[in-house]
Amino acid sequence: MPLPAIRVENLGKRYRLGATHSHTLGEFVSAAAGRLLGRRIGHIATPKLPDNASKQVDEDGNFWALKDVSFDVQPGEVVGIIGRNGAGKSTLLKILSNIVSPSTGRVTIHGRVASLVEVGTGFHPELTGSENIYLNGAILGMTKAEIRRKFDEIVAFSEIDHFINTPVKRYSSGMYVRLAFAVAAHLDPEILIVDEVLAVGDIAFQRKCLGKLGDVAHQGRTVLFVSHNMPVIRAMCTTAACLENGSLTHTGTCDTVLDTYLLATSTQTSCAADIDCTQIACADPAFALRRITILQQGAPTTHVSASLPLDICLSYTVLHTTIGLHVYIQLYDTDDTLLFESLHNGSYADVPTVPRGTYSSRVRIPADLLSPRRYELRILASIHNARSLLPSPIRVRLDVSPGGNANRAYPGYLTAGKLSPLLEWETTLAIPDSPAPYL
Amino acid sequence: MSLELESEIAADRPQATTVNDPHSATSEPDRPVTLITPPKGLMFPDLRAVWRYRDLLTLLIWRDISSKYRQSVIGYGWVFIKPLVSVAIFAFVFGRLAGMSSDGAPYPLFALAALLPWNYFTSSLSGVSGSIVGGGGLLSKVYFPRLILPLASLGAGLADLGLQLFLLVGMMVWFGFVPGWSFLLLPAFLLLTVATSLSFGLWLTVLNVRYRDVGHAMPFLLQSWMWISPVVYSSELIPVRWRWAYGLNPMAGVIDGFRWCVLGTRSPDWMLLTVSTSMVAVILISGLVYFRHQESAFADII
Repeated sequence: MPLPAIRVENLGKRYRLGATHSHTLGEFVSAAAGRLLGRRIGHIATPKLPDNASKQVDEDGNFWALKDVSFDVQPGEVVGIIGRNGAGKSTLLKILSNIVSPSTGRVTIHGRVASLVEVGTGFHPELTGSENIYLNGAILGMTKAEIRRKFDEIVAFSEIDHFINTPVKRYSSGMYVRLAFAVAAHLDPEILIVDEVLAVGDIAFQRKCLGKLGDVAHQGRTVLFVSHNMPVIRAMCTTAACLENGSLTHTGTCDTVLDTYLLATSTQTSCAADIDCTQIACADPAFALRRITILQQGAPTTHVSASLPLDICLSYTVLHTTIGLHVYIQLYDTDDTLLFESLHNGSYADVPTVPRGTYSSRVRIPADLLSPRRYELRILASIHNARSLLPSPIRVRLDVSPGGNANRAYPGYLTAGKLSPLLEWETTLAIPDSPAPYL
Repeated sequence: MSLELESEIAADRPQATTVNDPHSATSEPDRPVTLITPPKGLMFPDLRAVWRYRDLLTLLIWRDISSKYRQSVIGYGWVFIKPLVSVAIFAFVFGRLAGMSSDGAPYPLFALAALLPWNYFTSSLSGVSGSIVGGGGLLSKVYFPRLILPLASLGAGLADLGLQLFLLVGMMVWFGFVPGWSFLLLPAFLLLTVATSLSFGLWLTVLNVRYRDVGHAMPFLLQSWMWISPVVYSSELIPVRWRWAYGLNPMAGVIDGFRWCVLGTRSPDWMLLTVSTSMVAVILISGLVYFRHQESAFADII
């Protein structure tokens, strides 16, 4: 068993609340007086923290940005680190990059580390592009000889060869970040630590950066990658770790951790197949949603088969006759991409008028449309061009299992793509047994 | 086995250590091991890490030097104009009007011999004391030995000082002044000047991280400091029995020594020089330890 590239043991980072930034004379004197009297003077106002962070504060008023975090990263692993803002991701990366020191625990790293918390660190506006390449390279830990060797490659990658002798203060912001990323992309470490730096440049350049990062990952380097961009993490990482309030909540394969995380963060997602909505959705004077039922083969379930049709039954009351009222569903994947939506009266030619009364609508998602994966179904209602009739969409998680139809010929092969409609193909033999491709 | 060896390393060098030992049982060849643990105790800075990052140090120095006079018409002319104007004013006010003694040398030369180390001291002291706060953007984004930043601020001023030495030599030629053998000791006093700037700078830059008052106090501090240093007058004016106390200001020893090297007219007060040098040694070593003790918190506080 090889040594792990990174071993983190019981890592913790403590901050003293409110005491870090404001050392004024008054505070200094009262703190000193407090020490003399042998007690703490409670003059330091505790900053307002999000509710979920309150459990990170210990009895001494210290805030634990990270607590008891332990994990191993094997050489060659590409690990995505996810979590909400303030979960401790950046603190973790800063400790691993040796920028801040931990309060407890320890980290052992085998291999040369480079970390990329920001692109363009240390760029000096007065210096030219090529001078900044050297400077920035040295700041990121390259030697002069190393930079000289890679200089041409860096310039070519940045696509700004004409302006390489212009001071960077004259650069457009796009040129600036391209140059900065080009330097960073040519770091040659065994372990790379990256913190959300990919949101730079235009789409084409972003794609190029991702490609470069993917190359690094495929060369057997160890990569630690923090991002909120779930599709990118999914595409690049093999494993993932999720942080929540300073603690590690899940680790495992990328897909499992991401799915768990994404569904945990969409707070109102229900996995019930039969939802009584009378309590939650009575905010509008014109409309009240009563019940949502998800049925397959007549039985309420959210664990559905891809090869069978799925029925969604909605029951609702329209309290007075309304013009342009729509009840509709939307299907999302776990990366929050809308796959489709469907209106209960979407096929009408005119803006419909819905008379007062209690209705029940049923919409059928046909068999052989969904892929075997996890989805989120949202149920919404609105008045066209006016207002939404529900305080927020009702979210239901759907777990689709592979049906019999999708992989009859190749069992074990899962169709790629977010939807897998069974389309009709028609293939005829035009010229039997043709000798050459074209005549 | 491997874990034991690592914990030994951790025990004697906290925070972060890089060991590159191909024969070590813990690491495969060419795989440096980095250990990151909470800081503890009083330590001396890891000078080997500074040496590993020497390329960064030279590039930062070069960055400061080469960006300093960009987009300026006079450019490096400023290196000569500033001391020349000061010398002219001092020579007129203190040399001509006040008729101050100048150790038997022409007053302009007497003043310039003090202004060179003094100007270096003021510019590098303000540079070093602001280096950590000014480098906050770097500190919170990248790892490198933190000592690099104050060291880089020291280096940038040396280029100016080197050019100004030519000015000094030019002025000596102008006055037909031939230096004695003591001129050969100039490098030693240059080193003492640099050490003095670093020693005070280290304390001030660490204090500046927590108490920004340092930044506000600097101009005032330096101005007052000039009057208690023998810049415009000769330390001859201080009564002999109080010379040792005067030497507690290390710049007194530095300037006295500098003048002796350049002018060679009056040998320095050895008592004063010894006190000054010891002061620098004490402040420098304590400053390095203090810096090491505080550096792990820089990124958290800035």
